[in-house]
Amino acid sequence: MSKERIKISEDLYDIMPSDYQDLVKSATYGKEDRGWKDIGNSKELIEQHSLCAGCPESMAFRYILASLPNPEDTVMVGSTGCTSLVFPMVAVHNIHSLFGNQNAIASGLKRALSVRFPDRVKDVVVLAGDGATVDIGLDMTLQAWFRQEKFTTICFDNELYANTGGQESGLMQKGFVAKMAPVGKLFDKVRLPEIARESGCHYVVNCTVSKPSLVEKVIRNAVHIAREIGPTYLQLYTPCILEIGKNSMEGLQEMRDSEKPTERFAYKEYISEPAKQLLAEMAAKDKERKAAAKQLAGQA
Amino acid sequence: MADTHSVIGTKNKKGQTYTDTWKMMNEAPRTPSFFTGSEVIKEAVRRASCDVMIAYPITPQSEAAALIGELFAEGYIGDYFRGESEFAVMSQCAGAAFGGARVFTTTAGPGTMRAMENFPMWAGARLPIQMIVTCRGINSPLSIQPDTLEIAYLLNTGMLVWHAETAQDFFDWILKGYMVSEEPDVHLPLALCCDGFFVTHTKDVVNLTPADMCLPPYDPYRSPVPCMDMECPPVRMMRDPFVMKSNYISYATHASWQQEIWAAIERSRKHSIHWLNGLIDAENTDADIVIVASGTAVSQGREAIRLLEDEGVRCGLIKVKTLRPWPEEEIREATKNAKHIFVPEFNVTGWLAKEIRATIPNHQRVHAGPHVCGGMTMPPEIIVQEIKTALGMKSFSLAGRGS
Repeated sequence: MSKERIKISEDLYDIMPSDYQDLVKSATYGKEDRGWKDIGNSKELIEQHSLCAGCPESMAFRYILASLPNPEDTVMVGSTGCTSLVFPMVAVHNIHSLFGNQNAIASGLKRALSVRFPDRVKDVVVLAGDGATVDIGLDMTLQAWFRQEKFTTICFDNELYANTGGQESGLMQKGFVAKMAPVGKLFDKVRLPEIARESGCHYVVNCTVSKPSLVEKVIRNAVHIAREIGPTYLQLYTPCILEIGKNSMEGLQEMRDSEKPTERFAYKEYISEPAKQLLAEMAAKDKERKAAAKQLAGQA
Repeated sequence: MADTHSVIGTKNKKGQTYTDTWKMMNEAPRTPSFFTGSEVIKEAVRRASCDVMIAYPITPQSEAAALIGELFAEGYIGDYFRGESEFAVMSQCAGAAFGGARVFTTTAGPGTMRAMENFPMWAGARLPIQMIVTCRGINSPLSIQPDTLEIAYLLNTGMLVWHAETAQDFFDWILKGYMVSEEPDVHLPLALCCDGFFVTHTKDVVNLTPADMCLPPYDPYRSPVPCMDMECPPVRMMRDPFVMKSNYISYATHASWQQEIWAAIERSRKHSIHWLNGLIDAENTDADIVIVASGTAVSQGREAIRLLEDEGVRCGLIKVKTLRPWPEEEIREATKNAKHIFVPEFNVTGWLAKEIRATIPNHQRVHAGPHVCGGMTMPPEIIVQEIKTALGMKSFSLAGRGS
């Protein structure tokens, strides 16, 4: 899709909703080097949200949507949960169908788009919670990776079922007392990042969304590697402040506390050899482009 | 966006000519071929211009699903793979259909049941996926034998449900099915059912259309809902997702969406009548006795009628082709003279008889049976006996039935 496509007929302009007019005027579809710094200077691809005040998931959504390298040709796949309350507000085609089948939907979708648009880039990005990714949907999560499906899987890890009211999930920490874990969770947090590596993912990152620049980097890497090489997986800590007894202003600090070197969301990444090569090529091209721009600026 | 020029008359990469479907199905020469039902499915798909087929092994559809893999290897299908379970496969089919592909899949019995959560989702998302259901037993203890109980579960999913009697039906209806389910005023998935083994694993003479003709490709931009390919503007669908609202507008939206699905099934009537030459086939319905059946029970009913004729008992036959849309008017009209209506079925609950009882006046005329299930065959003699017993005629007891 080009930005031409979202243009409004002049006759209809005044009756279109203002958020759509804003999308046409100042969204960043097609902008090279789009990223988190566009937030505040341009129309974001998320219009409001219906999450709790201060929810770290809303920060994650904004950074991710600002950082997708190719939103004009990206389709996102969600699942049931708090994320599915946000997707209707997102100006990128997105699919919600059932709970836990997101990687199966994405597998069919990516293949259909490859059949229909063989000469064009169409990125597919899955974004679902930890219940969808690790519990009910684990089979389909892993099988998509085994098959080397070329899309990115993002898991918003809030370590419980938030939308249904705080029940135990596989990514919950051992010992945490929650609904359906009345005496505390009895087994360890599932080690999905390691499982992702063993299952064939070419790029795996485990981190929080406290730093927008970091989110931008890992999103760009994950989408590019998925497009060219194979499956990628991002596990992002987006704590449910409601269920862990925090206030609206405390989400950021919770993430900072959890990403310390000895904590469970200390930055961890795995990059396969072909993916490393791709990232090196991308960095070299980027450097070249920046040098050329600098030279051009100098001449001017 | 969609091409505005017609592709009819142009060739695909396999050299097949995109052909007007009406001409292909009704005017093109047919070649009689001796094939199994599974091979017939393959031959229909060869001509169906499918973009994506997703497969999973379960008896008795495995052979058909694997044969379609051969078509992919030959280049007739855009993409093909084996999914990890029927639940996943039906979601993968949904993903492909959301992305604008013409999608084909096959399943059976427990697979249909495992995938069930997907079917109302397909209908709700208005995805015109075609799914072949080669019915088999679903209960425990395990059975792989023919049994049509799973169809009962499909009837309220919002899918179109057709029940083929023969391999010839199968061949024609796979191709015609896309024409009905892809109409903009329908745009619903189709469960094209048959009785496993009886149709899939037996050989029959089937008249095939020319292999160098194929259906026009699917145009996803005729869909009543946007295709998820970022080729049209990504509008914000709603200010707040209705799922989190408990108010009148939210309920009304969900209600009207469901009503629209069932209205679309109703609108499929005219297209189904056009392509299938009616929702039912009726013979001799002026007789006092009429057999109403779907699937291979129709064939057995036809044999029973022949046997009864030898004894001077005249009997009509109604073959129900589409279960959704349900041929209510047609069945009322065709049974208006009948004093006794017999509904032979390959399942234990008699779902077809219940549908018919709910449709016609004086429903005490309906004799629900005979029923066979769990893989039993239905010899025409037991239909004859059921009819004669009900009429108070003397009949010889059948071995093993304890009568």
